[in-house]
Amino acid sequence: MLGLNSKDKTLFLIVLALTMFAPFLLNPFPEGSELAQFNAGYPDLMQRFVIFGIFAIGFNILFGLTGYLSFGHAAFLGVGSYAGVWMLKLLTMNVVPAIIVSVIFAGLFSAVVGYISLRRSGIYFSILTLAFAQMSFALAYSVLTPITNGETGLQLALNDPRILDFDAADGSLPATNFFGIEMRDGFELALGPWLFTFNFGYYLCAVVMLIAFYISIRIFRSPFGLMLRALKTNQQRMRFTGKNPKPHTLAAFIISGMYAGLAGGLMVAMDPLAGAERMQWTASGEVVLMTILGGAGTLIGPVLGAGVIKYFENIFSKINDNVLYNWFSFLPDGMQDAFVFMIHPFIGKGWHLTLGIMFMLVVIFLPGGVVEGGQRLKRLFRRRGGSDSAGGASSAKVHPAE
Amino acid sequence: MAKFNPGFSRRGLLKASAVAGVGLAAPTIFSSKSYAYMNEPKGGTVTLGFNVPQSGPYADEGADELRAYELAVEHLNGGGDGGMMNTFSSKALKGNGILGKKVEYVTGDTQTKSDAARASAKSMIEKDGAIMITGGSSSGVAVAVQGLCQEAGVIFMAGLTHSNDTTGKDKKANGFRHFFNSYMSGAALAPVLGKAYGTDRKAYHLTADYNWGYTTEEAVRSSTEAMGWETVGAVKTPLAQTDFSSYITPVLQSDADVLVLNHYGGNMVNSLTNAVQFGLRDRVANGKNFEIVVPLYSRLMAKGAGANVKGIFGSTNWHWSLTDEGSKAFVKSFGTKYGFPPSQAAHTCYVQALLYADAVERAGSFNPCAVVEALEGFEFDGMGNGPTLYRADDHQCFKDVLVVKGKENPTSEFDLLEIVEVTPVAQVTYAPDHPQVAGGSLGKCNPGS
Repeated sequence: MLGLNSKDKTLFLIVLALTMFAPFLLNPFPEGSELAQFNAGYPDLMQRFVIFGIFAIGFNILFGLTGYLSFGHAAFLGVGSYAGVWMLKLLTMNVVPAIIVSVIFAGLFSAVVGYISLRRSGIYFSILTLAFAQMSFALAYSVLTPITNGETGLQLALNDPRILDFDAADGSLPATNFFGIEMRDGFELALGPWLFTFNFGYYLCAVVMLIAFYISIRIFRSPFGLMLRALKTNQQRMRFTGKNPKPHTLAAFIISGMYAGLAGGLMVAMDPLAGAERMQWTASGEVVLMTILGGAGTLIGPVLGAGVIKYFENIFSKINDNVLYNWFSFLPDGMQDAFVFMIHPFIGKGWHLTLGIMFMLVVIFLPGGVVEGGQRLKRLFRRRGGSDSAGGASSAKVHPAE
Repeated sequence: MAKFNPGFSRRGLLKASAVAGVGLAAPTIFSSKSYAYMNEPKGGTVTLGFNVPQSGPYADEGADELRAYELAVEHLNGGGDGGMMNTFSSKALKGNGILGKKVEYVTGDTQTKSDAARASAKSMIEKDGAIMITGGSSSGVAVAVQGLCQEAGVIFMAGLTHSNDTTGKDKKANGFRHFFNSYMSGAALAPVLGKAYGTDRKAYHLTADYNWGYTTEEAVRSSTEAMGWETVGAVKTPLAQTDFSSYITPVLQSDADVLVLNHYGGNMVNSLTNAVQFGLRDRVANGKNFEIVVPLYSRLMAKGAGANVKGIFGSTNWHWSLTDEGSKAFVKSFGTKYGFPPSQAAHTCYVQALLYADAVERAGSFNPCAVVEALEGFEFDGMGNGPTLYRADDHQCFKDVLVVKGKENPTSEFDLLEIVEVTPVAQVTYAPDHPQVAGGSLGKCNPGS
């Protein structure tokens, strides 16, 4: 089916199920309960999960396969976002042209950046890409203000041309749509105390991510992917066998740049604003963290890493002392204060700290990221499951990762 | 499909379909947003969203804003001493929440980034059901979140944002600003500067290279030039700059005798310190003492720059040493709760929260359109800035502006600024189509789905 081997097919089906049932999976706690704080099943965050998933999948094509560590991928995301918003402003509120143009612009820009940066490898390559990204950020932040609207970020305005739309000017901005289906629209499903939100924008993103994920599997399994792995292992040897590595690395760079552009385009399709900060080096660093946290070089790792980081950013940063006092209200006053005092540095504005500690733990104890954690668990259960599974354990060793 | 591997067995599939069947058979209610307006509060509580920078360069301001919001919520729910609710000219608030509903709040971190701020505001609206978003300590963030609130159909009460654009070319029907802006700073400062330094000065501007810097430079420039000053140079400095020495040297070589620092926060602390280190304050140019001006002052900045602020003019929205009844009441209840006086950021946020609550009470509804109607053209007093008008044309507050000066002999770490003049509101009022704020339109209020 679809040219995938059975292992990849299973993986693809798992991702398919995860994305399609995300509104259920991410809202495990009933509305109104104390634990509802940890629910992540609201449209904005679900969209972010899959959009950053796409971003990380693309980054992984470059980093996971060729080993080239780019510290400037956020620049392509930013270029895609700006191109997307301009399409929404000039052409139509339909998101399709915006997404397509984002991908094209990010591709062109990554071709230029890649052509120059790939003259070097290793740390020099990383620094070059970082420099390009910071340059783009600085340009977007100030010099190019007429195009990017600087610090404020590029937004839609009432008097935009939108030449393909014939909306009645009733003084309110039209919403981004997919052939008439508004992205922010959706419906809710109430099952007892649970409330699940299904958002059309999320499902559009999810379908795009599935396509992106499928393409990434095909790239990983293709001769081209094999060539990229060879390049990672030993570029010298590859050159001696008469292969020129440059076109391959450049192609990988452009593909991953286009993935970043796609993520940028989807981002503005969901929320039509492009800010310069999304090109800053911290944003580039974030996607590196996502990939490493999830498991670099694996297919599903980057998606999981993106999910974990976005979850921390959006859920942990919103827990404040008041919420803590509510949780510990069953304790006597002194104990309550002590608990809140102890946990305080790790929540709210301290979410960076929590994430940092987790990142350190993962890198030290699970160098293969979340995916390795999952595999270890699986192996553990297999070993416990029965003595006759020696064959299964050895096959897990033969196929690590993915 | 014959090559299913053991991870996805027939048994598993059967189990899954059984579960799915049960799920489908269960009584379900599919509803497509059964609200009259976005996040209509249905229970006994109403949720407000406080979106402030808790990390990044403006974290200090953010922390103070959050303190002010917590105080406001306490007062709205009838706790504490009531603060400015007692001095507020409108008596609609009774200390029993808003429209009898207890006020609850959620907080978020804007990180002083438009993207993060929007994400945080979105989660407040979509997940927590916030009916109003307030906060912000940077104009870029304020404009971005204001746009979001307009699209989502909730009210946005801007916190500390000083750029002309917030209620100028980026104004929105659902957004309101109590804080003053660049134009007002320029208009208030110019006469004081003229009186203190004379009307034939040559000014040199160092401007933070982003939106707020531009509008402030433009405002100060046009008001000082109107009075007879000449602008001999204007240089943009990168926002991330921490060492301004290379920008100060050209000032020494120009024939300028006034340096205007259009910087805020850490930028201003560093550039002012550099300027003083280069001996600009002891310099004599064109036969006059060299002077430095900082258009937007805050106590937190003055604290960072230490002794360097002595004698330097600037403008501010509010200062805790004001002696009107409203200010005194606010400083008292803030001081009682936290042990130190509030900053101007805390003041504007506290006032915004109260103004919103009052508008809802007067409108008798949380519907954003009713609130907009109640706030437009609303005149009030007793909130620390004298008689104030929320202008209907651009949702900007018009009130007196303070011109302050770094104190020569501060008595405490909070007592760093002294008020030189309270510029009357008439002098800082401008037409809604003034060139510095022209463009954009409010559009129509949006109550959401």
